Amino acid sequence: MSLFFNILIDGIAYGMILFMIAVGLSVTMGLMRVINLAHGGFALVGGAVAHWLMVAQSMSFWVAAPLGVAASVALAWPLERLIYRRIYGFGDLQQVLATIGLTFLMIATVNRLLGSTLLALPLPELLAQSVDLGFRTLPLHRLVVIGVGLAVIAGLWLLIDRTRFGIRLRAAVDNRSAASAIGINTGLIYSATFCLGAGLAALGGILGAEMLPIEAYYPLRYMVLFLIVVAVGGMGSISGSFAAALGLGILDTATRYLVPDFGTIFFYGCIILFLALRPNGLWGRTA
Amino acid sequence: MTSRIFRLSAAATLLLSTAVAGHAETIKVGVVAPFSGPFALYGKQFQEAIEVYQAQHGTTAGEHEIEFIYKDVGGPNPDQSRALTQELLIKDQVDYLAGYVFTPNALAVAPLLDQSETPLVIFNAATSAINAQSDFYLRTSYTLWQVSAPLAEWAYKQGIREVVTTVSDYGPGIDAENAFVAAFEEAGGTILDSIRMPLSTNDFTPFIQSIREQSPDALFTFLPGGPPTFGFTKSYNENGLRDEGIMFLGTAETEESNLQAFGDPAIGLTTAYHYSADHDSDLNREFIAKNTEMHPDSVTNWATIGAYDGTHVIYEMVENAGSDGPAAVESVLGMEWESPRGPLIMDPETRTVIQNVYIREVERDEESGLLVNREKGVIATVGDLGWPE
Repeated sequence: MSLFFNILIDGIAYGMILFMIAVGLSVTMGLMRVINLAHGGFALVGGAVAHWLMVAQSMSFWVAAPLGVAASVALAWPLERLIYRRIYGFGDLQQVLATIGLTFLMIATVNRLLGSTLLALPLPELLAQSVDLGFRTLPLHRLVVIGVGLAVIAGLWLLIDRTRFGIRLRAAVDNRSAASAIGINTGLIYSATFCLGAGLAALGGILGAEMLPIEAYYPLRYMVLFLIVVAVGGMGSISGSFAAALGLGILDTATRYLVPDFGTIFFYGCIILFLALRPNGLWGRTA
Repeated sequence: MTSRIFRLSAAATLLLSTAVAGHAETIKVGVVAPFSGPFALYGKQFQEAIEVYQAQHGTTAGEHEIEFIYKDVGGPNPDQSRALTQELLIKDQVDYLAGYVFTPNALAVAPLLDQSETPLVIFNAATSAINAQSDFYLRTSYTLWQVSAPLAEWAYKQGIREVVTTVSDYGPGIDAENAFVAAFEEAGGTILDSIRMPLSTNDFTPFIQSIREQSPDALFTFLPGGPPTFGFTKSYNENGLRDEGIMFLGTAETEESNLQAFGDPAIGLTTAYHYSADHDSDLNREFIAKNTEMHPDSVTNWATIGAYDGTHVIYEMVENAGSDGPAAVESVLGMEWESPRGPLIMDPETRTVIQNVYIREVERDEESGLLVNREKGVIATVGDLGWPE
C-alpha cells in the first residue's frame, strides 16, 4: 500500500515539474505552431540570470526568481520582433534549424559568462524544509511546484478560453489573414503570446531547478523531455500537456519503483506505442 | 647572458664528448582533451595545470625545451580521438601524448602508441583495463577500483555491515559497483541490493525510497558529475535517509567544481578519493595559490592535479631520455615523488600511480564559508586494485 502511495505522490510531484518546464513550449509550439527548440534556452536564460542575481548580487530568492523570469521575457520580446517573426513562415525543417541555432547561441553565451558547471539556485529557508506525511517525508518545494502548476493551468485556461485576448489569439492562430482583416493586431498578439511562452519557460526552469539543475547545457539535456510532453499532450492543447505530464511522471516513477533496470526502455516503449496509436496526442487537433 | 652562453657551450662540449645522449631539441607534447562543449572544463583545467607547472619549473627539462600542442576532441568520441592523435604524431611530430578524459578515447589510440613508440600520460580516464592495452600508457589520475575497494574495507571497519549499492548504469558505474561489492563481501559484509539507475534518470526519489525501505547501514553510489549527482544527493537528504542513519558513501561525487552548487545538503557526505583541494600540506597550498593567482576563476580539483602530476612525469621522462619513447617510459617506472596530493610512486607493473586514498567528509570551512572535502582518514599507498592479473 505504501508503495502505491509512494508512486502516486512522487509521480504527481515529478509530473508537475515536467508540466512546469514544458508548459511554455506548449504555448509557443502548441498554440503558435512554431517549432521552438530554443524553449530550453529561455529557461536557461531565466535560471542563469536568477543564479547570478542570487550569488553575485546576493539578492533573495523571492526577488531574483521574478527578475529571472522578467529577463527571459525581456530577451524574448526583441527576439520575436527581429527573428521569430521571420521564422513563423518557414517550413518545419527550417524552423528546427533556426531555433536550434538560437539555442546554441544561448548555450555558448552562458558558458562564456558563467562557465559550464552547475548554476545553483539556493532555496530560501521556507522552501527548503520537508513535510512529514506520516509514512514518509516530502520536500516542501515539490508541494509548491504542484500548487504553482495548478495555478498556471487555471490561469492559462482563463486567459485563452475566457478573455478577449484569448479569443483574438485563437483567431490569429487559426487564420491570421482573416484575423488581421477584421482589425485584430495579430503582430502584437503573437509578440505577447511568445513572451508568455518564454516567461513560463523561465518560471519552469527556476522552479524545476531542484530536480533539473540549471547549467549551460540545460536546453539540450532536457529537450527530448519537453518535446515528449507536448507531443503526447497533443499540439495546441494546454490541458493535454497537463494530463500528459502527469501521466508520464507517474509512468516514469512507477517503472523506477517496480522495474528499475528496465525503466528507460519501458518508458520510451510506452510513448512509442501511444504515439503510434494516437499520432496527434491526447487531445491534439489535426493541423 | 654570458652565463647562459657559458652554460650552452658547456652543454655542447659535454654533448660532443658523450655523443650518445640526445642533443638539445624541442620536445613536443600533444594534449588531447575536450576544449569545447559540455566537457570543456576538463581541457581548461588541464591547460591551467600545465601552465602552473611551467610557471613553477620553467619550460625546459634537462637541456630540452618543452612545447605543448592542444587538440580539442569535444567529448567521448574514439574516432575523433584517434584521428587527432594520428595528426599529432604525423603532422606535428609530437614526442609525447597527454590528456585523455574518457576511457574510449584513450583505448582507441593503443595501436598508434605501439607503432610510434610514443609514451602517453593519461590525466584522467580511470578504467583499469586501458594500461594493459599498450606498454606506453602511464596514468597519473586514479582507477575506479583504487578508490572504491578501499572505501568498502574502511566502511566495514567502521561497523557497517549491510550496504545497498546504487550506481548509474554505464561503464564506470558498473566498474565501481564491482569493485565495491567484491571488496565489501571479501571483508565479510552483506550487499542487500545492487541497483543500476538509467543514465537518463531525473527524479531519483524512487531509487532513494527503495533504499530507505531496505534500511541498510549505508549506500554506495557512483554517478556522473553534474546534474545526476546534484539530483541524487538532494533526494538522499530530502527523503530523510541521513536522519535515519543511512550513510552516504561515494567517490568523485563531491568534486570541487560543482560542490558549492550543492549547498548545505552536501554537508556530511562521505567519500573516498585521491585528492581534495583541502589537503593539508604546504605543497598543496602553494599549488592552489599559484593556480588561483594565474587563473582567478579556476577551481582546483582532481582534473587539475591529474594534469599537474602528469606534466611532472613528462618533464622527468624528457630529462631522462629526450625523445626516446621506450627509454623514457622505462626511466620513470618506480619513480617516487611528492605531489600536492601526497606521496606518489609510478607503479612499474600497472603504470598507474600508487597513492594515498583519503576518506573525506564534506564540511563548511569556517574561514572561507565554502564547502570543502575535509580529510578524516587515509588509506596509505594503494595501487591499481583492478589490474587484470
